[in-house]
Amino acid sequence: MGLLLLVAVVSGVVLYAPFTRKLAFGTVRYERSRRVRWLDLHNLLGIVTLVWLLVVGATGVINTWADLLLKVWQKTELAELTAPYAGLPLVTALGSMQQVIDKARQTEPGMEVRYVAFPGTKFATPHHYIVFMQGTTPLTSRLQKPILVDAQTGNVTASVDLPWYIVALRVSQPLHFGDYGGQALKLLWALLDIATIVLLITGLYLWIKLGKEKASKPAEVRAEEAA
Amino acid sequence: MMHVFGPIWTAPVVLGVLTLVGLVSALLGDGVWDAVSALTLGAVVAVGGWYGLRRPAPPQVRRTKR
Repeated sequence: MGLLLLVAVVSGVVLYAPFTRKLAFGTVRYERSRRVRWLDLHNLLGIVTLVWLLVVGATGVINTWADLLLKVWQKTELAELTAPYAGLPLVTALGSMQQVIDKARQTEPGMEVRYVAFPGTKFATPHHYIVFMQGTTPLTSRLQKPILVDAQTGNVTASVDLPWYIVALRVSQPLHFGDYGGQALKLLWALLDIATIVLLITGLYLWIKLGKEKASKPAEVRAEEAA
Repeated sequence: MMHVFGPIWTAPVVLGVLTLVGLVSALLGDGVWDAVSALTLGAVVAVGGWYGLRRPAPPQVRRTKR
């Protein structure tokens, strides 16, 4: 769906020039028919939200790969790190939780604990806690650093730098959800969302109208007529 | 305004650059970075709101300047 959105946006951009060639930027011809009015409005909102919509769409597509990327990392890098543990019996007596967190803090003193994944769960390994550390600045707080702690001994097995594709995923997430930059950005996000909804409705309207017109004339002719 | 990208594409390119600056800025830091973000993205939204919501005054023919 995300890819279809991107295709729709790009096709809209291609049509932007022929439909606005003879107009000053942002002109909405209210004195004309509804179709022309909505066409102008569609062009205006489309070009205003263009880059935002592309970024939100593309990062949304990346986001759908989140589970996949996690699995890739687990199957490759993480599997290598935990290779010595393969085949060992499952841990029954877990070490001290406090010790796990203390050890993680000592390993990365400049970072904060974000969360701890228990052994055997989705984000950990069968034999390790994984303590996910995060930085303290807006950017580094997105970039987590997993620390593998042996579940039995409570000793740190490894402190890992996440691969580039997980970093890319983590940085792209706020760009999709807009959950950063404070209240002002959230408000603007909402307004851009509304603009997108109007863009969608005007676009659908124009498309349905076009279908009724039986597309007897090529797009350039219609563009000329509209302009 | 200079029309480096021609009369059609100058405004869209400016809006696009403002959007990118706004989106990235708040990602990099708080405080001033957030403010830059709010201003640039705010300008983009304001342009959309201004042209989208304004109604023409009396019924005079508003054709293009060029």
